[in-house]
Amino acid sequence: MTLDTLGDATARGAVSLRHLTKSFTLNGQPLPVLRNLSLDIRGGESLAIVGPSGCGKTTLLRLLAGLESADGGQVLIDGAPVTGVGTERAVIYQEPRLLPWLTVLENVAFGLEVRGLPRGAARDRARRHVRLVGLSDFETAYPRQLSGGMAQRVGIARALAVQPEILLLDEPLGALDAMTKLTMQEELARIWHEEKVTMILVTHDLEEAIFLADRVLVLSADGTPPAVIPVDLPRPRDRNTGDFVRMRRMLMGRFGLH
Amino acid sequence: MTLQNLDTPARRARGLPAPPLRAFLSRYSLVIAFLVLWQASGKLGWISPAVLPPLDAILGALWTGIASGALVDDIAISLQRAGLAFGAAVGLGIPLGLLMGQLRPVERALDPILQLFRQTSALALYPVFILLLGLGETSKIFVIFWATLFPTLLATVGGVKQVDRKLIEMAESYGAGRVQVFRRVVLPASVPAIFVGLRLSATTALLLLIAAEMIGANKGIGFQVMNAQYNFQIPLMFAAILLMAALGLAANAVLVLLQRRLCRWSLD
Repeated sequence: MTLDTLGDATARGAVSLRHLTKSFTLNGQPLPVLRNLSLDIRGGESLAIVGPSGCGKTTLLRLLAGLESADGGQVLIDGAPVTGVGTERAVIYQEPRLLPWLTVLENVAFGLEVRGLPRGAARDRARRHVRLVGLSDFETAYPRQLSGGMAQRVGIARALAVQPEILLLDEPLGALDAMTKLTMQEELARIWHEEKVTMILVTHDLEEAIFLADRVLVLSADGTPPAVIPVDLPRPRDRNTGDFVRMRRMLMGRFGLH
Repeated sequence: MTLQNLDTPARRARGLPAPPLRAFLSRYSLVIAFLVLWQASGKLGWISPAVLPPLDAILGALWTGIASGALVDDIAISLQRAGLAFGAAVGLGIPLGLLMGQLRPVERALDPILQLFRQTSALALYPVFILLLGLGETSKIFVIFWATLFPTLLATVGGVKQVDRKLIEMAESYGAGRVQVFRRVVLPASVPAIFVGLRLSATTALLLLIAAEMIGANKGIGFQVMNAQYNFQIPLMFAAILLMAALGLAANAVLVLLQRRLCRWSLD
């Protein structure tokens, strides 16, 4: 693993989880989803979070995004505790969550305009990111005219346009068909490499985790302590190498799968 | 990478291969048949022309009424009544609906009384309004306003409440505050629902206009319908009815046009 792909400890976008605890109430019973979770994520690192339904992956991402608050412990970003949403983070969801009344370009500019950039400047900057995800020909299209993969690219461009240090992805490719999914994984790997952001990716797809991540955080739903598994594979990654397949088999084995 | 729905001419060609004349006939042939039957039944003596005058007599009466200026005053006063009432209903209904949709406590407090008012027929309340506001214009406009308010108000409340929570959360994750979320997400997302309310309100306004004018007016299209019947000017009566139908169609057409301009994104 080279330093370039690993990210480095002094880069911006470093995340520390300190004794994070969070439970929900189900039928009057407290249901713990995160128990005293601690982890350091280097600036520029790519971390995948996997685990069965109900293990708290999405909850963890929402805590990182500042959309929910922890019962105990804290999230530090570049040393400062997270108290809410912040301009150094951007979230990409499973559904693209585009505003249907805005064109592709206007959707990409949305985050910038919300953050106070004047319309013209926001559109100029958005145009660059529309190009980055390969949709320059569709700047004036409306979301309903786009395919699922294209719509998700717009969502990714909108997140990148605000130039976040940390990209939080909540099963971003979960709703796409198998072919589009593979293309988009390549795309995410390229974008992560080019934009040098910290990427924290929640996914159901173990192969996707291995393809994109420097490390995989494995959460469980039954209280077993979480595990962090480094992915020591050269980039760009190839799904067909023996090492990749061995890695996948090992990870699947952890979930009792073959 | 595919682009769906972008190529509208091609799609139209696929959906409707008919030339313009065929398209016109497939849409309006029943209307035309109805009008022909109407004209023929009078001329051929199936129905007494005194009860159902042929179309040419009705159009003649309409033309005489407009050319002589007699009907023009009625049209003007009716438009004024319906317009003022509709304007007031929209002016109150949309802002109040937005407020109720956004703030749960406001909705909780107002909903029972509004439901009570809504379920009470506006025409049943007309005598009350006359007692309170007199026999003049105010009570007429108020009764139309009363009935016209609810469709817009309730559609707006519904529109605001059904805005996708996920879009709001998305905006919040970019740091949008309450005002920005409202202006950039809630308001545009509610526009299609508001238009449904506006079109219902327009129909209601014309309905109540005629009723109010039949009950207590000495001018207006609704008054003319009643008055012409009393005086056995049946062609004039039908002319006034025709005028009302035209007014309703025109109001709807204007709203549809406005909707097309404002919500191009939501229409096919």
